[in-house]
Amino acid sequence: MIWQIELIILIIVMILAVGALSVKDLLGAAILFGAYSFMMCLLWAIMGAVDVAFTEASVGAGVSTVLFVAAVFRTSRRTED
Amino acid sequence: MKNAALLLVVILGGVLIYGSLEFPIWGDPLSPACCHVSPYYIEKAVEDTAVPNLVTAVLADYRGYDTMFETIVIFAAGMGCVFLLRTFQTKETGSRLYRHIPTGITIKIEKKGRFPEDSQVFERIDSHWVPHDLIVKTTCRLIIPFIQIFALYVIAHGHHSPGGGFQGGVILGAAMIIYSIAFNLRAAKRRMNERATVILSTLGVFIYAGIGVICMLFGLNYLDYSALAGLFGVDPVMARSHGILIVEIGVGIAVMAVMVTLYYNLASAGKHDEGL
Repeated sequence: MIWQIELIILIIVMILAVGALSVKDLLGAAILFGAYSFMMCLLWAIMGAVDVAFTEASVGAGVSTVLFVAAVFRTSRRTED
Repeated sequence: MKNAALLLVVILGGVLIYGSLEFPIWGDPLSPACCHVSPYYIEKAVEDTAVPNLVTAVLADYRGYDTMFETIVIFAAGMGCVFLLRTFQTKETGSRLYRHIPTGITIKIEKKGRFPEDSQVFERIDSHWVPHDLIVKTTCRLIIPFIQIFALYVIAHGHHSPGGGFQGGVILGAAMIIYSIAFNLRAAKRRMNERATVILSTLGVFIYAGIGVICMLFGLNYLDYSALAGLFGVDPVMARSHGILIVEIGVGIAVMAVMVTLYYNLASAGKHDEGL
């Protein structure tokens, strides 16, 4: 594959991972985590692991984001630490 | 304390990166992963199972025992969520909001008041209610049948293309979750209640394990689907293909029900009363 695209996606993945860890707003962290999952899905697809990419897209970017948002909705929006 | 944790993370990360230097390089034909079982799967999977998608063949046939316990792990996750979060209230707590449909007036009924049951003119609404979400509701009404058809396609077509029980089950559960988000939790529970989700998640695991037991009854090993040849009236190779399909259907049912269970319990904090 074109290595420039892989490099850009890897950098975005790292930025999203650090952002999801460091952001104070938990709803924002959930959305960042969904975007992270989607970028990982693109990486799996580039590497040829299409089954894994499909699972990542449906579970990681789809349902788990909804479950995180539901959990944030029922607890508190801001983190303590 | 924070500095010590950072130091620990840096040291462990360094050790991991140092360890990864010993890995075989990418695409090395002599690496251990490429030497032992992989050539057998790549050469013999289509002959053995008549399944063109190698991932599905390995996942559901050669490593069927692992996948069965993966399904059980998901089932256990759903049951754990129920046991941790579900609260059973014997009496009503707090006030409820009702909307008079012809006039649009919202009334609040306090704890001691009488609630209208199954009324045509009063509709129960959540405390976080968004009025007149016509576009969201209509879009979901239109899109949900296509999502469900796609999910069934993914489950049934796992032999030939990426997909299978896990992905299809998650998409099928996501359709139900979208319905629950667009309308409300009570509407979703009228379509699929809690009893149905628990029974379906158990049924999925039961289908998977039951196929294994049927294989044993026909005199072969547990989860050796070629034993089903007589049952389906096909040759043993096609029987393995059909066995994989049945197993995938079981996985799909279990995963779908568990996803819906997780959503119901998380979105309503275990009360199953007001959702997201």
